[in-house]
Amino acid sequence: MTNTTAENTTEEAVETAPTTPEGAKLDYIKVEDFSFNYTPEVRVLDKITMDIPEKQVTSFIGPSGCGKTTLLRNFNRMNDLIPGITHEGTIHIDGQEIFDKKLEVISLRKRIRMIFQKANPFPKSIYENVVYSLRVAGRNNKALLDEVVETSLRGAALWDEVKDRLHDSALGLSGGQMQRLSIAHAIANQPEVLLMDEPCSALDPIATAKIEELICKLKNKFTVIIVTHNMQQATRVSDQTAYFYLGKMIEMNATQEIFRNPSCEETERYISGKFG
Amino acid sequence: MTPFENSKSSKKSSGRGEPMVWFTGMWLSFGMLMIIVLLSIIVKNGFSTFWPSPVLQIELVEGSEAGLRGSSKLAGDIRKEQIRTTASETGEAVPEIQLFIGNREAYNTGFRFVMESDIKSRDFPEGIMRAERLEYGDMIGYPARLELADGSTIKSTDDSFASTLHDIVKEGNKRRHEIEHIEKDQIGAINRSMESIKMKRRGWESEEDIPEKTQKEMEEKQAELQADYEELASEAKTLRELQSANTLHYLLPTDGERSVPTGSIVDYYYPNQLNLFQRTLRFFKRVGSFVKEDPREANTEGGIFPAIFGTFVMTLLMSVAVVPFGVLAAIYLREYAKQGPIVRSVRIAVNNLAGVPSIVFGVFGLGFFVYFMGGSIDSLFFSERLPTPTFGTGGVIWASLTLALMTVPVVIVSTEEALVAVPRGVREASLAAGASKWQTIQRIVLPASLPGIITGLILAMARGAGEVAPLMLVGVVKLAPTLPLDTIAPFIHLERKFMHLGFHIYDLGFQSPDSEAAKPMVFATTLLLIGLVIALNAFAIIIRERLRRKYKTSAF
Ligand SMILES: Nc1ncnc2c1ncn2[C@@H]1O[C@H](COP(=O)(O)OP(=O)(O)OP(=O)(O)O)[C@@H](O)[C@H]1O
Ligand SMILES: [Mg+2]
Repeated sequence: MTNTTAENTTEEAVETAPTTPEGAKLDYIKVEDFSFNYTPEVRVLDKITMDIPEKQVTSFIGPSGCGKTTLLRNFNRMNDLIPGITHEGTIHIDGQEIFDKKLEVISLRKRIRMIFQKANPFPKSIYENVVYSLRVAGRNNKALLDEVVETSLRGAALWDEVKDRLHDSALGLSGGQMQRLSIAHAIANQPEVLLMDEPCSALDPIATAKIEELICKLKNKFTVIIVTHNMQQATRVSDQTAYFYLGKMIEMNATQEIFRNPSCEETERYISGKFG
Repeated sequence: MTPFENSKSSKKSSGRGEPMVWFTGMWLSFGMLMIIVLLSIIVKNGFSTFWPSPVLQIELVEGSEAGLRGSSKLAGDIRKEQIRTTASETGEAVPEIQLFIGNREAYNTGFRFVMESDIKSRDFPEGIMRAERLEYGDMIGYPARLELADGSTIKSTDDSFASTLHDIVKEGNKRRHEIEHIEKDQIGAINRSMESIKMKRRGWESEEDIPEKTQKEMEEKQAELQADYEELASEAKTLRELQSANTLHYLLPTDGERSVPTGSIVDYYYPNQLNLFQRTLRFFKRVGSFVKEDPREANTEGGIFPAIFGTFVMTLLMSVAVVPFGVLAAIYLREYAKQGPIVRSVRIAVNNLAGVPSIVFGVFGLGFFVYFMGGSIDSLFFSERLPTPTFGTGGVIWASLTLALMTVPVVIVSTEEALVAVPRGVREASLAAGASKWQTIQRIVLPASLPGIITGLILAMARGAGEVAPLMLVGVVKLAPTLPLDTIAPFIHLERKFMHLGFHIYDLGFQSPDSEAAKPMVFATTLLLIGLVIALNAFAIIIRERLRRKYKTSAF
């Protein structure tokens, strides 16, 4: 009984204003005047400034091609791989400038884990997929790995489905299971931030529901940023929502606020489905 | 429209391309036909070499040119039946047969053409014997008697003849192996010890520098070895004498009596007494000994085991060298190098390298590997043996490296293709997990491109195993006394010269004194080379399919 009431109160609290766990920073990820170009001619992100709070779920919404993925990929510097990119402005994560020359990209990527739009399991066993990030970090202790596999798969709500075939190829999983496997894989080595790029775009409603449930659970531990085209999803899972349009961040606010009374007309038109 | 009509109309529309279908299909079938004809010629000739055909005896008409030694009889197995157009103005077509008549020491030729019109009568005499000998090829004749060492004689009509001959020949074969063992292994070991003492001596600046004690030790050791050697040599000599103690006397089908020491008979049989089953058995026995045994009589007789083994070892060494070389080069080219005009031109150059004539690689191998690298190794590590080269002369390692160099473009190209085919998403997923670039290549990209790499290896092996021209310059020999791999430390003798099936074919067919006699061997060797290449490829393909199944890319 007490449990239910406790949950109710939390939910009510969420209704009014996003709760921030004790001591969590409101500007955990701090983006300042950030601009990004793939080619010199086309500016994909234009002077973005935003603060993303710690241990909350922030969703990025906006029409296709507005630069959501690009921004997300900047947080763990995946864009480094693309030749010819240029950027201006700064991004600080937990007070640290991520474009700092002295920063090791590998350790950054270990902390800021990205889950891609298309699940890309490695052609290895389920077990090896989950522990991949530990293996590359040189942690091969069997007992540790076993434990991590179980906690991560439980955390990704996949354990019950695969516990009997951990050593089968991950390529035999269904699309939804693969997506959850990539979440398990991402949370295995205790990251700080999870970047999810349309994690449910290829999934059926049941798998989507499972992943949404998961995101709500994950936010106690991680800072989550999710890109989504599904407005309901954004309202269901996120505390903060940022609306992007043509490379600019138009508006960012508590999710309830944005969906109830957006301050910009464009945002309103987008979320009410009048364009896009 | 009914479904029936529908299917009809769709058939019609696809029929529009029909002339091209036929045209392109024709070229494919033409190519296939050529290959099938080639293969069947090789298979037929290769296998018929081992088939124990019956021996035909013919009676010639008086004054026939085909007669030998004034006799009107001739016996042998039919090798060919053909129609020859005579050189005369009329240009008559004359049917004739070619007989393999054996008994080279008596006839000085192995084959005889006989015109059909010269044949008075033919029969297949039951009692004719065919024996494989250590010298002069096969004997074909009628056994007369056995003269044994103890002076006794057994006539071929005696009851005990068959069993005695069988036992004596068997014993002779056993003794021959013994002699071989003594001469090759035991005396060989003594020679090696002698050699090493000699080398040790040379290690000192001059004889005077050698400490007295060592000097004495070495001399003692040498004397000991010399004594061992003499003992073994005399043992071998006694055995050799025993080999020629008994003789088999036989009548030639033409005329006269001859004899052969039983010790030099490898095998014998009565070709006209065999039934189909016995023939088949004998066929397999001969195939078996061809594969297992060493060559004899300038390679035209006996087996080709050293050539099979040499080809095999060389191809394996080549694979071991070419895969890392090609794969690493491809990784740099595709994964690390900045894609641009330089990389593009390197790629074009690599592709063109595949078109350089193989003999050019042979010349390069001789100059770079044999003379430069081999010479340097010799002067650094084997200087005491100079001027006799150790590595500074052709050898299996240099041959393998030369072929590896020749086939490396194939591996680079297919590895690059395989690397490109690894989806970007998987790489990004690995990098996003905190893996470094090399970790990603090593753990994700390489395993996924292994099937492609193996495809490259298969192509490289197929090209390398059949190559002859460059090998002639860098280590292949007509007859190698030793194998590149054996039981004597250090087991792998990379510096040794070796025999090779491809070169063996060339040597038999075009360098041997009696190319007609060697022809069957040429086909049989060709068949074996093809078989070996197919076997190696099949092995690689099986591995590749396994890996494909393991690393099949996501269906999602
Ligand atoms: N690798 C690239 N090179 C050049 N241009 C790119 C690259 N990736 C994306 N772009 C361009 O950058 C812009 C933003 O792309 P991005 O993928 O960030 O959009 P998005 O908001 O994630 O869209 P979607 O909702 O469709 O995923 C697009 O116009 C796209 O064409
Ligand atoms: Mg996107």
